[in-house]
Amino acid sequence: MKRAIRCDVAAAMIPDGATVLIGGFMGVGTPERLVDALVARKARDLCIVANDTAKAGRGIGKLITAGCVSRLVVSHIGLNPETQAKMIAGEIAVELVPQGTLVERIRAGGVGLGGILTPTGLGTEAQEGKQVIETPQGRFLLELPIRGDFALLAAYQADYAGNLTYSLTAQNFNPIMALAATTVIAEPEAIMPIGAIPPDGVKTPGVLVDHVIERAA
Amino acid sequence: MDAKEIIARRVAQEITSGMLVNLGIGLPSLVANYVPSGRGVFFQAENGVIGLGARPPEGMQDPHLTDAGGGFVTAVPGAASIDSAMSFGIIRGGHLDMTVLGGLQVDEQGQLANWKVPGKMVPGMGGAMDLVTGAKRVVVAMQHAAKGESKIVPRCTLPLTSLRPVNLIVTDLAVLRFENGGLALVERAPGVSVEDVLAATTARLAVPDVVPEMAL
Repeated sequence: MKRAIRCDVAAAMIPDGATVLIGGFMGVGTPERLVDALVARKARDLCIVANDTAKAGRGIGKLITAGCVSRLVVSHIGLNPETQAKMIAGEIAVELVPQGTLVERIRAGGVGLGGILTPTGLGTEAQEGKQVIETPQGRFLLELPIRGDFALLAAYQADYAGNLTYSLTAQNFNPIMALAATTVIAEPEAIMPIGAIPPDGVKTPGVLVDHVIERAA
Repeated sequence: MDAKEIIARRVAQEITSGMLVNLGIGLPSLVANYVPSGRGVFFQAENGVIGLGARPPEGMQDPHLTDAGGGFVTAVPGAASIDSAMSFGIIRGGHLDMTVLGGLQVDEQGQLANWKVPGKMVPGMGGAMDLVTGAKRVVVAMQHAAKGESKIVPRCTLPLTSLRPVNLIVTDLAVLRFENGGLALVERAPGVSVEDVLAATTARLAVPDVVPEMAL
């Protein structure tokens, strides 16, 4: 059983310098209240792994604006000019990863695989510094796993066993990241009594979730 | 008809009944407007929906239902919502019939550059590298030239998206196909001559005796 905790309590668990996986795609499916709590506690030097940095004032964009981030592992920053400006100014180191490779690297980190082999990026800048492996199926890039100290997830519903459901396109990276961090914190929109989420409806089993954030006020 | 509409209408003709199609953000997303309903076509948005529908009316948006550009969308009957691993499994695994992307350059090898202008614009590749690598058919929808310079070039000078050649390029001036190891001119836009196309193109094009006009 998991007692729901406050956002500021969760943010206090996350030290400066931590590697934090954050769910969401252009801010949809990003745990906004946890992001706000990290901004409020003036977190610094975070390494954020996420699909993108949304835009200023939304989701991870708020962490960028507040100066919480020193390193990013993302697939796309095109819709956030502030992230691009901070990258060019040398304030944030950005590793750009093809989106399908990013999700599989996180999955590999979460499911005990030593890496993945993908054809994506062969012969492009994405190949730089990586090993090319020949198998009977062809040539592939070896891409290494990603794990975080923390994963911050946005869920639709949780129960007090920590089971999570997601809604439509707000799921994106969240269920994959649930496996790939030492401490997993979920911010649901609603918390249900145990049993109210049918087993077939659970997308992330509660055993993976360390903390559930209390309902929004 | 403006340039974008010409391109979108012509690309829509490539989409046949029962296909699963991914439309990129920007110009490619306009293609959906010209695909007749009732064809059983499913559009995928890589953020996690198969069966993307039209924009919802004001006041009926769902904050959890967006396209890859973050805009509100609807879902058609039969739609499925999926996580990012499933979404890219579908893309990379060869289950996507067609991807339509924008482009910065396409060259004589059929290779596409569309994610970075070094020193100027570094948006990131997002899903583009996976889409070009994994889709069964790759269609580039773009203006033929930018600032008076041909975007159909002998060799891409911008960073490549994939080594895999694209299949078709639809511009405001022409339709080009990559075949037999090179680019061939297959159609010209209404009112545009073969000479116009060649004058606006720095890449070598194979030109057949008859180049029909796009039937829009």
